[in-house]
Amino acid sequence: MSIEIKSVSKSFGEFESLKSIDLVIETGELLALLGPSGSGKTTLLRIIAGLESADSGQIYFSGENLIDTGAKDRQVGFVFQHYALFRHMTVFDNIAFGLRVKPKAVRLSEAKIKEKVSELLSLIHLDWVADRFPSQLSGGQRQRIALARALAVEPRILLLDEPFGALDSKVRKELRQWLRRFHHDLKITTIFVTHDQEEALEVSDRVVVLNKGEIEQVGTPEEVYHRPANSFVAEFLGDVTLFRGRVDDQSVYVRPHQFEVMHVSDDPHAVHAEIIFLNPAGPLVKMELSGPDEQLIQVSLSQSEYAELKLKKGEKVYVRPKEVIGGDYCI
Amino acid sequence: MSSLSISRIKTESRFVQWVLIGVALLYLFLLLFLPIILILVSALKKGFPMYVQALQDPETWVAIKLSLFVAVVAVPLNVIFGLFAAWAITKYSFRGKSLLLALIDLPLSVSPVISGMIFVLLFGANGFLGEFLAAHGIRVIFAVPGIILATVFVTFPYVAREVIPVMKAQGKDEEEAAMTLGANGFQIFTKVTLPNIKWGLFYGVILCNARALGEFGAVSVVSGHIRGVTTTLPLHVEILYNEYAFAAAFSVASLFIGLALFTLLLKHIVGFRLKREGLK
Repeated sequence: MSIEIKSVSKSFGEFESLKSIDLVIETGELLALLGPSGSGKTTLLRIIAGLESADSGQIYFSGENLIDTGAKDRQVGFVFQHYALFRHMTVFDNIAFGLRVKPKAVRLSEAKIKEKVSELLSLIHLDWVADRFPSQLSGGQRQRIALARALAVEPRILLLDEPFGALDSKVRKELRQWLRRFHHDLKITTIFVTHDQEEALEVSDRVVVLNKGEIEQVGTPEEVYHRPANSFVAEFLGDVTLFRGRVDDQSVYVRPHQFEVMHVSDDPHAVHAEIIFLNPAGPLVKMELSGPDEQLIQVSLSQSEYAELKLKKGEKVYVRPKEVIGGDYCI
Repeated sequence: MSSLSISRIKTESRFVQWVLIGVALLYLFLLLFLPIILILVSALKKGFPMYVQALQDPETWVAIKLSLFVAVVAVPLNVIFGLFAAWAITKYSFRGKSLLLALIDLPLSVSPVISGMIFVLLFGANGFLGEFLAAHGIRVIFAVPGIILATVFVTFPYVAREVIPVMKAQGKDEEEAAMTLGANGFQIFTKVTLPNIKWGLFYGVILCNARALGEFGAVSVVSGHIRGVTTTLPLHVEILYNEYAFAAAFSVASLFIGLALFTLLLKHIVGFRLKREGLK
């Protein structure tokens, strides 16, 4: 199921949430809508689901215009940030809900429904919770059940609104990888909304970066990270230091790992800076340096480089960009 | 927060503690408990047979039936109105929303006598619609329809006020989830919304019912006190009292004590359920 969004706009009173958005989502793709809060990403997802109406524009599912079709008839699976499980129903009844509300003519028999719910429960590895209530489960379990519930009605597309936003970071990481594998097996066209750039880069096939109701860039995780289209994307997708007029009289962005740190240097491109923060815990050693004009420079080094240089907090060193964002520029 | 206030109370002297508790208990005893005991004592003053006889009086029975009939009509009407109002206020945003919220509270802030007079002004012989109603032979004031209207007016905040906070706390995520799963409006309401608000709704119904059965002021203005026709139970108590039939008056009044205790018990049980579901 491919989705085509054509000049979709939406305002809430004075606030323009979406400004004429055009976007094509390919069949089977796992797409991330990434942006800060207020960028319009959730509104766009809700318009695709039919939970919100667009002020203007069209939405096509495999060529079929669905702009006037309500959420009830769009056959989309929607997963909410706070799960939105039916709190008075057991897990089983939650997953069976979409199957049971179908008109009599197309409804499965209760035995078939039971079979299908059991299948879904084993797909999410939660067979043993069928008779429990949502309040008795952890956040991660609830979110997987919300996903199973959405999948029960065999939706044409799957939409997830900040699906891991309410979970703690360890569970979030596990569920990310799980979603990735899950999508790989099912190959259902999936769009998920997130404000977490790491999540978007790690999970999706393509990332759409939104800001103030407009698309800043669409590309693979590699493209948006290494070749950002503009300064907003460069800054939003990871820590950067802005070097103004230092390299060929141009403003360039440098990511923390693109720096080289030296005790002595006569390179004109290197700057003298003081280490004001140093955190060696983790796969990379993270540092913050205060450069000329007290400019903050964020640098990350490998553990072996760090060990070799024997750096200490308060020490003055030379830092030099080995390369910059958007180019293979090397000094 | 709670541990803070507890530790503060502990620093008060024992004496102050006992005085405060004593004053509160004395106050409750004098104003609530003693009257209830006195009503029961007065009702049984002339013996239990007289008590039963007073309750078996045909006029008492007419009053009981009329009061029950009024409640049976007024409570469901307010349940429907309360649900509509709560749904509109919590699920949609529209102009005049705060005005609607304020209007729902209006009957609580207006004296019941005034509430009754509004209907006399509207439907009475010299009222706004009086001539029209007379021409069509419809009696509202000094008749049962007027009593029902006044009761509905006075009791309509109760259901809405209990349901609105419960619906607000739950948001509309579950309804939206049901919608994307293909449920129609009726299915969403009966399978998702109603089970979620049932205890709040029940709580509102209990309060609404108690007030509907006990309403005096507004009903007194519109009823006309036609014995055996438009006297509800509270009006009947007043009539008996004014005729110096004290034992009979207190016997009938004891029914209200029973109703009050029953309501209190239900309120307690439902309040406990609401608390357990984290909604109050």
